[in-house]
Parts: sequence; C-alpha cells; structure tokens
Amino acid sequence: MTNKTRGKRGKVVSYNKWGYIFLIPFILTYIVFQLIPLISTIYNSFFENYRSGLMQIGPNFIGLENYKSLLSNPDIWVYTQNTLIMWVMGFIPQIIVSLLLASWFSDPQLRLKCAGFFKTIIYLPNLIMASAFAMLFFTLFADGGPINSILIQLGILNKPFKFMSNIWSVRGLIALMNFLMWFGNTTILLMAGMMGIDTALFEAASVDGATSTQIFYKITLPLLKPILLYVMITSLIGGLQMYDVPQVLTNGTGEPMRSSMTLIMYLNKHLYSKNYGMGGALSVILFFITGILSLLVFRFSNYKKS
Amino acid sequence: MKMRKFKNVVALSLAGILTTAALAGCGSSPAAESSPAPAEETTAPETAPTETASEAPAEADVSSGGDEGSILNIYCWNEEFKSRVTDHYPGYEAVDGTTGKIGDVTVRWQITPNDDNAYQNNLDETLLKQEGAAADDKIDIFLVEADYALKYVDTPYTMAVSDLGITDADVANQYQYTKDIVTSSDGTLKGISWQGCPGALFYNREAAKEVFGTDDPAEVQKKVADWDTFVATAEELKAAGYNIMSSVNDSYRVYSNNVTSKWVVDGKINIDENIMKWVEDSKALFDKGQTTSAELWSDDWSKGFYPEGKVFCYFGPAWLVNFSMAADQEGSIGNMGGWGITEGPQGFYWGGTWICAAAGTDNPTLVKDIMLKLTTDESIMKEIVVQDDDFVNNKPAMEAMATDTGYSSKILGGTNPLAMYCAGAESIDLSNLSSYDQGCNEEFQNAMKNYFEGNATLDEALNLFYTAVIEKYPELTY
Repeated sequence: MTNKTRGKRGKVVSYNKWGYIFLIPFILTYIVFQLIPLISTIYNSFFENYRSGLMQIGPNFIGLENYKSLLSNPDIWVYTQNTLIMWVMGFIPQIIVSLLLASWFSDPQLRLKCAGFFKTIIYLPNLIMASAFAMLFFTLFADGGPINSILIQLGILNKPFKFMSNIWSVRGLIALMNFLMWFGNTTILLMAGMMGIDTALFEAASVDGATSTQIFYKITLPLLKPILLYVMITSLIGGLQMYDVPQVLTNGTGEPMRSSMTLIMYLNKHLYSKNYGMGGALSVILFFITGILSLLVFRFSNYKKS
Repeated sequence: MKMRKFKNVVALSLAGILTTAALAGCGSSPAAESSPAPAEETTAPETAPTETASEAPAEADVSSGGDEGSILNIYCWNEEFKSRVTDHYPGYEAVDGTTGKIGDVTVRWQITPNDDNAYQNNLDETLLKQEGAAADDKIDIFLVEADYALKYVDTPYTMAVSDLGITDADVANQYQYTKDIVTSSDGTLKGISWQGCPGALFYNREAAKEVFGTDDPAEVQKKVADWDTFVATAEELKAAGYNIMSSVNDSYRVYSNNVTSKWVVDGKINIDENIMKWVEDSKALFDKGQTTSAELWSDDWSKGFYPEGKVFCYFGPAWLVNFSMAADQEGSIGNMGGWGITEGPQGFYWGGTWICAAAGTDNPTLVKDIMLKLTTDESIMKEIVVQDDDFVNNKPAMEAMATDTGYSSKILGGTNPLAMYCAGAESIDLSNLSSYDQGCNEEFQNAMKNYFEGNATLDEALNLFYTAVIEKYPELTY
C-alpha cells in the first residue's frame, strides 16, 4: 500500500489528500475487522479460557502454557502435514491443467471455437458452495452410492470400495474437489498473464523457427513467472486455510484416523468448548506458519530472478 | 512497469496473510467481553443463584397470571413439541409458523436445529445472558435431550420443578428413568417429559421365517437373548445372506445404556466394561462382514428399511419404527407390516425430550400449567398415544393400553407393542449418566470406526478417542 501512495505523491501532489480520504474506508474496515481481532487473538492466546458445559473456566493468565502444550503435542505437525499434502495433491494438477488450458485459450493460431463458452464452463465449479460440493461428493462416493454401483455394474469392482475409510482416497477426493473448484480461476489468471506478453516476441520466435514447445518453455513460462508466483502464494495461503471441503466430507472427524484433518479443522475442534486460549494460540502459530511459507516461496523465486 | 505491478501483487498477498490470521482469530474476540461474567458463575454454582431464582417465581405464584409476562419464549430444535402443544394444549391458537397465543400470552417459538451443536450454542449464549435480559426476551421454557440434560440440569439456570409448584405426587406416575435423567447431582428434579422412549429390537419377519422358521417374538427372543447368543445368531443369518444389524452403531446405545460406571470418574476419562464389550462384539461382527460401519441416518444405514437391504434387525424406540423407517414408502418393510418386535439382549432407551423451566422466567404459572397438562393429564396423554403414536410418560395409562386389544400397530403387523415398551421402560437404569455423555459417546463411536475398518489398532483408536474428548472438555485427563 505504501508503495502506491509514495508513487502517487511524486506525480500529483495536489491530489494527495484525496488519496488518504479514499483510503479511510479500507483502513477503518481493516482496523475493526482485522487488526483488532488479530491483536485480541494474540492477547487471548496467553489465557486459560474455556467453557465446560455452562461453566466458564478462566480467563486466567498462563503465559506461554497454551503454546507449550500445542507445540509439545505432535498432532499439530501431523495436521500441518495433512494440510500441505492435500494442498500439493490439488495444486500440481491444478497448475498443469491451468497452464495447458491457458496456453490453448490464448494461442490465436489454434482458432478454438466457442472459447468464451468453455472459459465460462471451467469457472462454473467455483460458483458452487464448497460445502454443497463436498456434500455432493459424500453422497456420490458413499459405500452404496452411485459411483460404487457404476463401478460394480461395469465389472471393475466386485464389492463396494469404501472411499471414506481409506486414507488416500479421502485425501484424493479432497484434492480433486479443490482442483475442480480452483483450476478455472487459475486458468483465467494465467490467461491474463499470457495475453500480457508482447506478441512480437512470439512472432520473432516463430520467424526464427522455434517450435511451439520451445516457445512455451523459453518465452511464455519465464515471462509468466510473476503471475505464477502470485498464483502459488495465494493458493498456498488458501490451502493452509483449507476447511470447508474436508470438514463437510468427513463430518468434521478428519477420518480415517484424522489423516485428513487440516489445521483449521483442528482449530474448530477447540471451539466446541469455547477454548479461546488454545484456539488463539493455534491461530497465532498458523499465522507464523503461513508467513514463513509465503516468505520462503517468495524469497526462493526472487533469488533466482536477481 | 511489470515490476511495479508485481510488487503490488506481493503487497496484496502479504495483506492476505494478515487476513488469514485475522479471520482465524475471529472467534476469539467475544472472549474479552464475556470475561467479567464468569466470576459469578464459577463460585458456588448450586447455592446463591438458585435462591434468587426460586424466590422470584414464588412471589409471582401468589399474584395470579395477570401480572406475568405477555410473551412466552420457548427454545427448541424441531417442530415436535410445538405440534404437541398445538394439538393437545387446551386454548392454544397458532398465529403463524413461529408464534402462537394462549389467552393473552404470545408464545414465541425459537427453533434452532440441532446440527453441529447449533441449538446448544444458541441456548448457552442466551441462558448466560438471561439475568440481564428484558422480561419479554427471557427464556421461559427450553427443551433438552437426555445426552446433554445434565449439562443444563446441574446449573442454576434451570429451575427446580418444585419451585414451580409441581409436587412429587404430580409426577408419581412417570417412569423413574425419565426423572433420573433430569435430576441434578444434589437430587432435585429440574425437568419433566411427556414421553418415554424405551427401545426394543425390531426384526424383519420375513428374514426370521426364512432363517429360524418362525417369526414368533418369543422364539426370536431366544436367538438374541444376550450378546453372545446375538453374535452367534449373526453367523446363522449371514449364511442366509442377512446382516444381523445395519451398522455397529445400531447396538451402541444398548451397550452404553447398561454401563456400571460413568464416563468420567474424578476428572479422569473412564471406559466402562460394557462399552469395551461393544467394541469386541462389533469388531467380530464387522470382520466377518455381518454388519457395516455406516453412520446412523446415512443412506447406507437406511438400506435395511427395505427387503432388498437384507438387514435382520434394528434397535430403537417407538418413534424410530413409526416415523423414521420409511413406513410411508411403498415397498418398505414397515409399509408391508413386516417388522416384529422383541426385547433384545438388554433394555435401553433412545431419545426423548424434556421440558425445563429457565430460571428467571416471567411466566411461571403458565410454564407450570403446560408442564402439568402435557406430562400428567391422563386424558391428554392418551390422546397423544392415539393421535401421534408416542409412548407417553404415564405408567398406569400405558399399562392399561398395553392390554387393550383395540390398539395395534400396522407397521408391526398388527401387534400391540406397548407391553414390550412398558417392560423396557421399567428396566432402564440411568444411575451412571454424566454431563460428558454426549461428547464421549460421539467421539467414542467416531474413533472406534477406525479400529473396525482396520485403519488403526485398538490402542491407536483409544488414543484418538482420548485426544478428541480432551479437545471438547479441556479439564479432563486420562
């Protein structure tokens, strides 16, 4: 944000105050809905504060006790791992399919028919509510659900496969749903990036006799890097906050054996007892994990560039 | 140019990171506001507030109904109680979907569905604010279920029924177990129910004829008389292609109602022998493919409502077979009158709704009258049995109807099941309830599913259970 205002100041000084005035709504919303909750979350994380039945326990100041008990328990790392595994499982196919689709859609030589129609279609899964989508998959892949009956009738299986009782099928389904919901969105972002590349470069390359594979790897990909990085960071942040799909699909249990329990689902577990202390501590840890991972991705890609 | 855009993108995404934590922390902000309250609540919960609560209605009782509040707020989770009041409480007029009128008093129905604990969350928040609420906003009546009744009953937020003027003699005809559930740990009765939900075993008559050669309840009972026989019978049924139960979760209540110790003893989680017996029996049945691990109410679980589902029996109370087993669907077993009823291995109950008066109610006389009319008035209760197929909480009335040949259930092939239910209701012993039951029962079944399905060893599953319970009740240890 500071970047933007500083840029403006150099050019049009007289309009400076309007800049601030227009920023007021954002700053206000930010303070009320983000900064204050953020600070109070950190504050709350130092207290023992929960409800047992109708009885309130605390708040008693206990220092870093919540962090200690969270970090000494290996569970939180298991849930972090689950979250990342499911994110990667969804992100890799997502980025591959999106790159492919985006390069097809943005390649004028292919002369695709009804491109507008297909661009809309691939975005549609994102319009369904995640919970409804998860509910749909839950029904489709139930032990006696339609997918199992089809597989049995085709003779592929001889008894129903328990999709919901197998670690990798549950994770796979969650990744598949996230992939389906988000590849359209990513495609559109990448397409915008690709269209921003100077067509003269492509023309020059083809005049020099480059094949389309070479053009893709030597021109499109390198110039697309900033957008790819953006897609990756936003998807990582979204991925770490993965909640609705696995929550609804596994009915909040993260079954089997909590192998599909994500960090936010774990956070939600603490809200049953209104455990603000533990929930706060977990949120703060999550904040740091997200921050560190985003910085790593950013540093890593930036380093290569310079 | 591109570089600047790129930097903006980075700035945006960093703002996104902030959002993450901010959103994740959203739940925490009310904590600060609610923190001043607990001091009063934690200190001596039984004594001080109860007195104030009981004095108010006593005064109100003296002055007649005229001085009482003009709005009766009823908190519940579905339409059941509302339809009982609408159909059977004299003088109730429905105004629209969520309001009604009794004389001059407006009845406001605050219905929050049970899903995801929403009902209790809403009730908790409102009850905690009860003291400061305006008279018209105060909760007057709220309903509870057995699984979590003690959570409310053991607090000063629930009024003793004796404070309303209901005497032991008024409730003498009610089944003891229905009173046990809503009796606080110091022995005061704090709620009242119009229904009893003793369970029985419903078996598929066709299957019984095919496998045992008879569908006579006495003969079938011999095959399911205790758990070891039950497991042995499962083998016999499997040979004929039947699963003995739809799911391992079907029999859970039967075992868990017959425990000899509580879930929590001195702040430590305790697993009763009978619960472990359930694990052992269920694992055996599951491994031999004689039942499944389907969740109750799932499609897979409901398959046995139809003959093609090939399920021998379900455990349940009257309402299950009457309303929840697809009896209104063409082709279901219930529709053809194909269920038989017998006692099963152990007595149990399932469900039931209790009426509790909230401390601080401004309509004590009306609350008392609703309680008495619906739960003790014999003619109204008989009406409920006949019209709604409910099993009511009135021993003499039910026993009289059990011998009445005019009353029969079509779903159960024209037999009168009441004698079976009556026997069940007498045998239920609920001395081992605790306020942790709901969370423990839920988490135990969730955790054990992993063991049954082979995704965990018994120890791993038990550890998962302990972890999950401690998340729900941080004050416990194991």
